[in-house]
Amino acid sequence: MDGNAPDFAAASRAALADPQLRGNFRRAMDGLMTKRAAQFPDAGEWHGVRALAAAVRLRALSKLPELLETLEENCTRNGITVHWAATTEEANAIALDILHKANAKLVVKGKSMVTEEMHLNAVLEKDGIEVLESDLGEYIVQLDGTMPAHIIMPAIHLNTKQIAHLFKRKIKDAESREDAAYLTDLARRVLRAKFQAADVGMSGVNAAVAETGTLCLIENEGNGRMCTTVPPVHIAFMGLEKVVEKLEDVPPVISLLPRSATGQPITTYVNMISGPRKDGEKDGPREVHLVILDNGRSSIYADPELRDTLRCIRCGACMNHCPVYTKVGGHAYEAPYPGPIGKILVPQIEGLEKRGAMPHACTMCNACVEICPVKIPIVEIMGRLRVEAVKPGGAVKDGGAKASRKESMVWSGWAAMNASPTAYRLATMAMSRLGNAAPSSLPMLKEWTNVRTKPRFAGRTLHDLARAKGIPDV
Amino acid sequence: MSTIPKPHRVYYFGTCLVDLFFPDAGMAGIELLQSQGLTVVFPQGQSCCGQPAYNSGYRADALKVARAQLDLFPGDDPIVVPSGSCAGMMKKHWPDLFRGEPDEAKAVQVAGRVWELTQFLVHVLDVRLTDQGEPVRVTWHASCHAQREMGVVEEPKALLRQLANVELVELKREKECCGFGGTFAVRHPEISAAMVGDKVADIEDTGAARVVSGDCGCLLNIGGALEAGAKAAHGQHIAQFLKERIHGR
Repeated sequence: MDGNAPDFAAASRAALADPQLRGNFRRAMDGLMTKRAAQFPDAGEWHGVRALAAAVRLRALSKLPELLETLEENCTRNGITVHWAATTEEANAIALDILHKANAKLVVKGKSMVTEEMHLNAVLEKDGIEVLESDLGEYIVQLDGTMPAHIIMPAIHLNTKQIAHLFKRKIKDAESREDAAYLTDLARRVLRAKFQAADVGMSGVNAAVAETGTLCLIENEGNGRMCTTVPPVHIAFMGLEKVVEKLEDVPPVISLLPRSATGQPITTYVNMISGPRKDGEKDGPREVHLVILDNGRSSIYADPELRDTLRCIRCGACMNHCPVYTKVGGHAYEAPYPGPIGKILVPQIEGLEKRGAMPHACTMCNACVEICPVKIPIVEIMGRLRVEAVKPGGAVKDGGAKASRKESMVWSGWAAMNASPTAYRLATMAMSRLGNAAPSSLPMLKEWTNVRTKPRFAGRTLHDLARAKGIPDV
Repeated sequence: MSTIPKPHRVYYFGTCLVDLFFPDAGMAGIELLQSQGLTVVFPQGQSCCGQPAYNSGYRADALKVARAQLDLFPGDDPIVVPSGSCAGMMKKHWPDLFRGEPDEAKAVQVAGRVWELTQFLVHVLDVRLTDQGEPVRVTWHASCHAQREMGVVEEPKALLRQLANVELVELKREKECCGFGGTFAVRHPEISAAMVGDKVADIEDTGAARVVSGDCGCLLNIGGALEAGAKAAHGQHIAQFLKERIHGR
């Protein structure tokens, strides 16, 4: 394992050893799956709206460069300043520049996974700027000094009791009360004061409409609306894939997103941001900036198979339904995007040297594919990334980083055995007769027999039995 | 689902796991098909569908192995597979694997003839089973690839429900993966162990004496965990279970 590469296996071992964490995730994910299923009682409606949303995303991606240009034009016309960032460093520099010009000391933020990808909070804090997450879950993980464990529900790994302890430790005058209403109210009081005082508000973008230059932002707590309307400057961050062509493309996306994510029919707030405060208007920010981040997305876009990764609308349903995520939780991935979408997106963004193990943290059960509201072939892309990880010179950053001469020899040996009936017959005969003598301490068998008995070779193969019973061969 | 007229003859692709670990289940599948008046052909040259290498990122090796199977099934007769996972590999992934290869058309033709065993028993043969066995409570483990690649969800349970003395108690989390995942089980042994641990607990909650499944990867995993934990239930392939029931033992 390379020095700085995240070690999913080690992190997941730690997570598995924490019964509280496992219990929290199991309960939360079971609940979310049930609630999602209740939103789609009619299979016909599900297939219809899903096909529509997938088509919206596909159409947007099919003309992505053109739509981004239109988006920039129309945003500019609306008074939104558009910035392009090729890398997260560039995006952070753009953010800092805007903040410096605004002489900002305090930033309030709504949820934005792109800023997690940028590690923006750390950059701002290093610059002496106070930054406060205002989504309740994000606020909790920020207080806790950790990262979001889920892209929609950042603090899903914690229960009320744990949050009560955290608030008691971190918030002045907090009472020790394991009561969700009290805790929410407490956070609300802290946040309200900050919204009033903040110099800049930041947010993500759920969909940016090219034809109108509108930024759509959906949320449940009203904090997104506060961040984007109260402070004098608003900076929105989006990955370049978030653009859609037309206003009418928005409803299928914002209908499927909350239903898939949290099992809600719609979010409490749907914000459509179309520019800064105009002359004569009494409220709204004086400046609106849109930072559009590439960070490897244009390389993903260049490959027709991998491009489907960019369809994602970040609902997180793939996490909720992933049996691996459900067991280890979000932090084990040590990535801004955990779970199935993370396992295909993060290796493409950060490269296979650092993230080549991620696509293997999957049983290929296809539960995510079954529920993905925009029909991303997640497992096919997972398989493709496994190929790229061992094949030098491919389409993905650091392709071939996990190539191993030993592993490749094992597979060519396996192929030689299985491609020749004679070799196969000899090998299976030998395994059937001698395989059971293999000691459990052998590599692979050792891992297997930790919780299972050794697979028992049957002595006679089906080939033998079929021949003995006179089953015709042709 | 779409079906085909009942044929006189079928091919049987046994799969490598059945071959090595569950040959009796493989034979039971053959006998179930024979009991419906079919001629079953078992090409002795067969080995593996290529899935292990395919899912590990070694597509050229997978192609080599898959290609070695292609000529074993001439003509139009259906190919029946006692595994949802291997059937899924052949039916869904072979066309991708052979894309742009000289034998692509042949691979697509073969893939189009692949049926998972219970799917074939229900949709093509419309079998009627008469239970001769003692009363027993069982549960059904749905393999991920049977469900999500082959679309086999209700078929095996419908077969089990035909058996008068068999009480089928469904798992609470029937659709959840057991944690096998091919090399996943040894690449991530702890996560796999946690997954099969949850599956075993779910099985125990049903009070079933047997967990019946249509995939031998899952059965190695779940059966091995049940046995290692000295649990009352044990795993069995559905072909063998059905055969035993209709023969009264």
